[in-house]
Amino acid sequence: MTATGIGASVRRTEDHRFITGKGQYVDDINRPGQSYAVFVRSPHAHATLKKIDISAAEKAPGVLGIYTGDDLAADKVGGLICGWLIHSKDGSPMKAGAHPALAQGKVRYVGDHVAVVIAETLAEARDAAELVAVDYDVLAPCVDLAKAQANGQPQVHAEAPNNTVYAWHLGDKAAVDAAFAQAKHVTKIDLVNNRLIPNAMEPRAAIGEYDTGQGGFTLYTTSQNPHVARLVLSAFNGIAPENKLRVIAPDVGGGFGSKIFIYAEETVCIWAAKKVGRPVKWTADRTEAFLSDAHGRDHVTTAELAMDADGKILALRANTKANLGAYLSTFASSVPTYLYAPLLSGQYNIPAIYCEVDGVYTNTAPVDAYRGAGRPEATFVVERLVEVAARQLGTDPAEFRRKNFITSFPHETPVIMTYDTGDYDASMRKALEMADYANIGKRKAESAKQGKLRGVGFSAYIEACGIAPSKAVGSLGAGVGLWESAEVRVNPVGTVEVLTGSHSHGQGHETTFAQLVSHRLGIPIEQISIVHGDTDKVQMGMGTYGSRSGAVGMSAISKALDKVVAKATKVASRCMEVPETEVDFTDGVFSGRGTNKSMAFGEVALQAYVAHKFDSSEIEPGLKEGAFYDPKNFTFPSGVHIAEVEVDPETGVTRIDRWTAVDDFGILINPMIVEGQVHGGIAQGIGQAMLENAVYDANGQLLTASYMDYCMPRADDLPSFDVAMTTTACPSNPLGIKGCGEAGAIAAPAALINAITDAIGHENLAMPATPQTVWRAVQKAPSKMAAE
Amino acid sequence: MATVSMTVNGKTVTKTVDSRRLLVEFLREDLRLTGTHVGCDTSQCGACVVHVDGRAIKSCTALALSCEGKTVTTIEGLANGATLHPMQEAFREHHALQCGYCTPGMIMASVDLVQRNGPGVDEHTIRRELDGNICRCTGYHNIVKAIAAGAAAMGSVRQAAE
Ligand code: FES
Ligand code: FES
Repeated sequence: MTATGIGASVRRTEDHRFITGKGQYVDDINRPGQSYAVFVRSPHAHATLKKIDISAAEKAPGVLGIYTGDDLAADKVGGLICGWLIHSKDGSPMKAGAHPALAQGKVRYVGDHVAVVIAETLAEARDAAELVAVDYDVLAPCVDLAKAQANGQPQVHAEAPNNTVYAWHLGDKAAVDAAFAQAKHVTKIDLVNNRLIPNAMEPRAAIGEYDTGQGGFTLYTTSQNPHVARLVLSAFNGIAPENKLRVIAPDVGGGFGSKIFIYAEETVCIWAAKKVGRPVKWTADRTEAFLSDAHGRDHVTTAELAMDADGKILALRANTKANLGAYLSTFASSVPTYLYAPLLSGQYNIPAIYCEVDGVYTNTAPVDAYRGAGRPEATFVVERLVEVAARQLGTDPAEFRRKNFITSFPHETPVIMTYDTGDYDASMRKALEMADYANIGKRKAESAKQGKLRGVGFSAYIEACGIAPSKAVGSLGAGVGLWESAEVRVNPVGTVEVLTGSHSHGQGHETTFAQLVSHRLGIPIEQISIVHGDTDKVQMGMGTYGSRSGAVGMSAISKALDKVVAKATKVASRCMEVPETEVDFTDGVFSGRGTNKSMAFGEVALQAYVAHKFDSSEIEPGLKEGAFYDPKNFTFPSGVHIAEVEVDPETGVTRIDRWTAVDDFGILINPMIVEGQVHGGIAQGIGQAMLENAVYDANGQLLTASYMDYCMPRADDLPSFDVAMTTTACPSNPLGIKGCGEAGAIAAPAALINAITDAIGHENLAMPATPQTVWRAVQKAPSKMAAE
Repeated sequence: MATVSMTVNGKTVTKTVDSRRLLVEFLREDLRLTGTHVGCDTSQCGACVVHVDGRAIKSCTALALSCEGKTVTTIEGLANGATLHPMQEAFREHHALQCGYCTPGMIMASVDLVQRNGPGVDEHTIRRELDGNICRCTGYHNIVKAIAAGAAAMGSVRQAAE
């Protein structure tokens, strides 16, 4: 291992600009002649738009333009798309209503986009937006997911009767029914996976710009995948042909899924830039972020686990209603289907699984991928079921899991996945030891002496990352391929630029990707630059989400590096006059085997460009190679998290006493960065389990639309985390990487709820387990009832 | 409109501003010091923390005019030339940032926290005192470590100076 190669905790090269205030986020950019956009948003969850009167607003100082859905329609700007086609169990395609960037005819959630006001200054745009008079005919909204499909409920889109977008299923129903019929024990639970609001700290922002000279558009946007944004804005929204559309996603302040999607605001800003003949900038304030960023989770599920007399799992059955909100966001349809049900086997040998999912419209903000996207929901189902089953059977939850773990690989689950590798018991053993599980009884007794309830909870999660191969995801309905691209440009002096289709918004790619190059080419990390997030510089790529950038993005770089080394070997062979097969390349030096001839990588690069020493009809001058990498399979990171809590029965306050995480992410490039990803994921998972909840009232008003009402995890809500790794290298990509970005958020909610329910002595506990919720649950606890 | 003068990162600046101009807008838009960020509209997140006369404040909640004659330090003014402030160093060394958006406010708040609580500030105090700064990326684990290390380093810098 070199100091800056694979496996080293290299300090991040991007940090200098962030700690000195020199990051360049979209809102930090001002373009010459820039104007400001403010959106007029619906205050109603469901209403007919009778009239939009802009006459007073148009006359307000500084106003440059006011546009509505009719203006977009007149310019034939296409609506926002959902890029994954799901088919219902009867074979019919999903039933989706139109999603115009500015509402037409109807508004469907509080915050829906009615009009845009563009003015010289932000203050003027805001003032004028107040003067846009909208005449609404308010309709009854459909807000409650549990009731949305009943007859007689308000219809969100005429295209989707009973608000049902699809009624999808996966697995073998007959096999599952047969297994349940034979079961000696059945555990059944009802779960709500609470709705979350992603809340990247940087609010979404966009600047649209039109160059009349070149006839080209530029969009600066807070995006996790600028290339896909360009494709969609071009091919579906019809803004401009791709060659006339440049999309730049500079420094982006966190995404967690919410910045994957192509939203109304950037679509409108780039279109309007040509209308007003000025750059148009929009930056969300936090309230707008709460109202209009795609939300996450929001499932209602009933699930059952069938076991034989020995506590071996026979089958799993789940029925889920998934709230998709008022419109289908970019990948909304895939999250509760193919990113959810295929994970219901967890780490367990389950012979039969059947899952039904109804995707449901409601008059709430669109719901789409949020850190983990479907996989946290699946893990919550499996890990709550398994924990409750163990408790009901009177078996130790760790032992119950171990008894049912998958132990041989590859393992084909009944829900379309083939797990390639793993050692689940290794992670469990290590976690048990780190958490000092052997002495939990003593600690529980000590807490009891203090009048406190101590509990411990497990979560042995599996996730599927690096969704692939493209052909397979295409057959499941994906509208895109899920490969990644890379280009490695070696400069004549031997420095290197890597252009990647991945996008970093906190993951540290500028460091980890450079580590790979340093490792392979033997050059210092300072001589390597990672370029991403600009469609004029980087060829088509697929962006960063689903923990894919290590497994897929870096594999593309690796493939390009193979080609660079192969060509440089040829050049070196000619320069050293040594046959190619006798040229070795180690630690940045090419050498002729059995000779004293050698050339440093930089010298070979120079010779590649000078092109004096080889026949250029045989070897092209230059040293630059590209690659597109499409993985063979998903990757399957896994691990065990153990939460230990102490609940104060008098107040319902839960204190997290210790958190143990043992994860298997395959080969690590930078352990420091990986651990940071785990920490952040756990914090978001704890947030879901204890603090965060998006609440709409019966009228569809979002009650939690600020940091006063939506409880973000603060430093004093969280403990420090004990994080460790086990390693089985992933066989599905050349680097052995599995991916680590979402694991914490996937594992944590089940671990924490399992711990609190262990402490209070019964299973009936909703997320978020706030002090009030826990206190009420404690009042119902059998121990309490017995004492009374 | 009104005229306001203050010292920002060691330089005196005088500008005519709308009387409703917030300090954060003044810094970001009028002075183009974009290291100070805006993460919320309710004074909760701390992305906007700067120092005014040596104390941390949320610049989204102060009017530019209220800083007449005062001394303002932003993240851009924290380092001593090319030498980073010990807290900046500590954040980098301990991987206390991911997307970097909360980071300027976090660092400015941390420096103030240490100035008030001393170089030996404990984890419990650090966590409690950070309740006005939200980070969505790091889970705070490494931020807490960095602040403790930065605090110790600030202590030894001070000792060395004395
Ligand atoms: S922007 Fe000042 S506290 Fe959030
Ligand atoms: S590093 Fe992203 S919000 Fe703190």
